[in-house]
Amino acid sequence: MLIALKNFLYMGGYAFYVWSAYGIVFFFLALQWIMPWRQWRRWSKQSAHEQHS
Amino acid sequence: MWSFIHSLVSPKYFFHVTRTLTPWLIGLFFITLSYGLIGGLVLAPADALQGDGFRIIYIHVPCAFLSLGIYAVMAMAAITSLVWRLKLGALILRHSVPLGTMFTLLALITGSLWGKPMWGTFWIWDARLTSELILLFLYLGILLFQSALVDKPSGERAVAILVLVGFIDIPIIHYSVYWWNTLHQGATLTLFSPPTIATPMLAPLLAMIAAFFIYYVLLLCLRLRYELIATQGNQHWL
Repeated sequence: MLIALKNFLYMGGYAFYVWSAYGIVFFFLALQWIMPWRQWRRWSKQSAHEQHS
Repeated sequence: MWSFIHSLVSPKYFFHVTRTLTPWLIGLFFITLSYGLIGGLVLAPADALQGDGFRIIYIHVPCAFLSLGIYAVMAMAAITSLVWRLKLGALILRHSVPLGTMFTLLALITGSLWGKPMWGTFWIWDARLTSELILLFLYLGILLFQSALVDKPSGERAVAILVLVGFIDIPIIHYSVYWWNTLHQGATLTLFSPPTIATPMLAPLLAMIAAFFIYYVLLLCLRLRYELIATQGNQHWL
């Protein structure tokens, strides 16, 4: 099991290229998702605050 | 007929449709993404020539596909905003630019990470790579241009015209691997001939392309909904 996992992570010697490519892509995808989502959260919190006061 | 089409593209109708669609799209995104990742990284056999290094295809091709696809969407949105003055067209155009820039950048980065072990170099000035780099500069130019013109009424039209002029690069990128001698391999997927890739490798690739496309639609909806509600003050739609 551990050996299979190690082989998988080793990627036939291409580990650096494969995993850095996947890492960069998913970092950017998450970033682009989080930015507008946080903006939306901040705005809805603010407008709720304005309604109460 | 025309009033039906018109109601379809009205921002208010768009807002309500996307509200019901969003959870379905999120579910579909995670299903296709997990199938694509498991199928691409685990189930697909290693390539005969490139070994496990070929697995970068599962993110490189979707990114490159979307970098061109988003530009095509932007060009269509630019036509609708220029010809019919559709508000939604201008909004789709504006919010597609950052996403398209990101996918172009990612296609170049993943491509050079794939090129290093296979071609022996991160970068080479060849037709496909250079035309994709020009696309990145186009996206960056549009991004800067629209941020400079954001408050001017003529700004939207100027950006739309710039997008249409830049569209000339899209067929050049697509045909660059046939027109010039290049290191980059030819198309794996074509519309009218069978794909040049084995089925266990193909299915995850199609799933990843679908997942990335759904991601683009989702993010576009998220940004457009925020713009319509918060920036343009339509809180009463909520």
